[in-house]
Amino acid sequence: MFAALYRWLDDRLHLDGLIEPFRHKTVPTHRLSYWYFFGGITLFLFMVQVFTGILLLLYYRPSANEAFESVQYIMTRVQFGWLIRSIHSWSANLMIFTAFVHMFSVLFLKAYRKPREMTWVSGMLLLFLVMGFGFSGYLLPWNKLAFFATTVGTQMAGQVPIIGQPLMVFLRGGPQVTGATLTRFYGFHVAVLPMLVTVLIAIHLFLVQRQGMSVPPKVEAAWTKNPSLRREMKFFPNFLLRELMAWYVAIATLGALAALFPWNLGVKAEPFASAPAGIKPEWYFLFMYQTLKLIPSKVWIVDGEVLGILGCSLAGLFWVLLPFFESDKPARTRTWITGLGIFALAFMIVMSVYGYVAQ
Amino acid sequence: MAMLRNKVRGFAAPRSAVLAGLVALAACLGYGQAVNSCVDCHSTMPDPLGVSSDKFSQDIHAQKGLTCTSCHGGDASSYDPTVAMGSKAGFKGKIDRKKIPDLCGSCHSNPNLMRQYDPSLRTDQLAEYHTSVHGKRLVTGDTKVAVCIDCHSVHDIRPPSDPRSTVNPVNVATTCSRCHADASYMKQYGIPTDQFAKYNTSVHHDALAVRGDLSAPTCTTCHGNHGAVPPGVDKVQNVCANCHVFQAQMYAKSTHSKVFQDKGLPGCVVCHTNHGIHMPSDAMLSTGPSGVCMRCHAPGDHCDRARASILANLTQLDGTIRQADDALRVAESSGMEVSEARLSQDQARDALTKARVTIHSFQAGLVDQDIQVGMKIAAANLKAGKDAMIERNHRRIGLGLCLVAVAFMLVGLWLYIRKLEKHSGA
Repeated sequence: MFAALYRWLDDRLHLDGLIEPFRHKTVPTHRLSYWYFFGGITLFLFMVQVFTGILLLLYYRPSANEAFESVQYIMTRVQFGWLIRSIHSWSANLMIFTAFVHMFSVLFLKAYRKPREMTWVSGMLLLFLVMGFGFSGYLLPWNKLAFFATTVGTQMAGQVPIIGQPLMVFLRGGPQVTGATLTRFYGFHVAVLPMLVTVLIAIHLFLVQRQGMSVPPKVEAAWTKNPSLRREMKFFPNFLLRELMAWYVAIATLGALAALFPWNLGVKAEPFASAPAGIKPEWYFLFMYQTLKLIPSKVWIVDGEVLGILGCSLAGLFWVLLPFFESDKPARTRTWITGLGIFALAFMIVMSVYGYVAQ
Repeated sequence: MAMLRNKVRGFAAPRSAVLAGLVALAACLGYGQAVNSCVDCHSTMPDPLGVSSDKFSQDIHAQKGLTCTSCHGGDASSYDPTVAMGSKAGFKGKIDRKKIPDLCGSCHSNPNLMRQYDPSLRTDQLAEYHTSVHGKRLVTGDTKVAVCIDCHSVHDIRPPSDPRSTVNPVNVATTCSRCHADASYMKQYGIPTDQFAKYNTSVHHDALAVRGDLSAPTCTTCHGNHGAVPPGVDKVQNVCANCHVFQAQMYAKSTHSKVFQDKGLPGCVVCHTNHGIHMPSDAMLSTGPSGVCMRCHAPGDHCDRARASILANLTQLDGTIRQADDALRVAESSGMEVSEARLSQDQARDALTKARVTIHSFQAGLVDQDIQVGMKIAAANLKAGKDAMIERNHRRIGLGLCLVAVAFMLVGLWLYIRKLEKHSGA
């Protein structure tokens, strides 16, 4: 029946022409090729987010008076609402984690180098957008921790020189975090960011398909020296089936996390209450938060916080443009870029752990 | 006054020249400031005549512009003791204790005068004082009783709102205890001196001094301040009713109210005592050492049965609330969303509190009504906690089944990939 349906469609749409390149597409096979799966897992988790997010939209109400109660309703009254909301929350965190793993694997496998600079840039932009998803979505349950974390987060954005204050007011929908901020973040979370991410994913995937999988320089050199060592597998179905296995593992992990550790709802936000002690942002912002905390309030004549925000922004910009710092002597450049990558990874881990344990 | 003058003369004579020089120097250094020869001299004297300018500057009267001469008369502008403390300047010297209330009252009982300093300040303190035990005994010549300065201090009088004031609510009990806890001082009056010690163990002291609740009662709340008297035996409930309104309303309609009145028993105090009131507990209804009912009632009588019924119901509701708390806590720590039930636990606790208040009606039926309201809520919350744990177990079973299905899928996929690659390899 499916074959007949496919033939019927193929007669009209010439699907064979579309699928043909995938049939010939191959994926290099070497001892590090399992790192290729993390991009696919991140994409899968994004799809989980879209699916569960749409289901949550059926009950969620984006206003300060109703947001908390609507999420509470989802968690307690809606059939499998607890599962959908917990999967959405866990998946968001896992997606950011796998996106970071993907970014560092690309960096260490040198997959960013020519001709894949644009793939790296689009990937970095996607990483920032995914973090934006996390930041905007964190406020939506309108609980106490989220409220104050958003207050602190948007306050930091307000420290950016020149555009800081207007940016903060734009993000908050006013000078303070209020119901207007919630509505605004909801708009970002369900409309603006998904639209941008969808476009960027399309570009990212197009570039990956167009340029194929990168092979690490050392492996490539070995293969060039001895072509008999070259190993490849078909993208369809061999690689895709393996990717499917990874997706199954991801969904099992999500299910286990949701069932064993349902995402906590917390206490409803009270804008006039005092901020709870030891408030911290989500784990993926913790390294930045802790770094900013460690910078003195004044560095020479510059405000410490402004300097920190400026430093983080420049570091982010530098990271996006990293492939363009490749010199004419690639081996030498790659060495310091790898060193920088190791330093960045160690810095993020150490600062996150420090931020977690610090009072 | 003559004695005071002699004392000053005796003190000043050998060193008068040096002192006069110092005073003149101080006066010169303080050029532009108002001259106050009283403080300038008395700040150099030992107690009881010493009054430092630091001390007097803390006094609310000094801050409002009053000086030594406002109470003591004399001429503060002169450094000549015979002029400054001369009769021509109307010098009164040390005020006789018997005259202190009237001296303070000369301003504080004058509404027109007090209005310009603080329109909200009462002006009936002196009139009240004359109705107090202290005031009545003072009139009879007993100068050991408290006059204004014994409670408010002297020369550093602070407003009661100042935490350092001796009449700040937190300090009142200590102030009263200076006399009332002194057995030898109070010996001639034949009244107990353990009130302060008892009060320090009471729930009221705990609320005021430990929890910092300034609305909690201290000595003056029940006895009055300027018109301090022991509340009459038949008026005790009126005193307690100032705060414990509902309990008093229930008690007033109860059979106990009339019986206690007829027998001359002091209302609330019969069960709760007075100065050493401890946190009431359900054990007061028991037959154990904390129980109070059986001091009057006979075992097995109608009232004893009502007591037992009320106690049993209270214990049941309290126990159910605790069980529900435990169940909800376990469910919450397992990640289950039970915040609604946890919130409504407050309603169950409110019902328990209300039932405990209703006890003062001494009607088992009325108490039972409140108990049933609480039981309904607590039982529903207990069920919510248990249901949440059942739901958690269902989730885990579901998770186990899903993981098995995923494992099968993974194994199947792996076998399929191997088969596929074996064929393509062949």
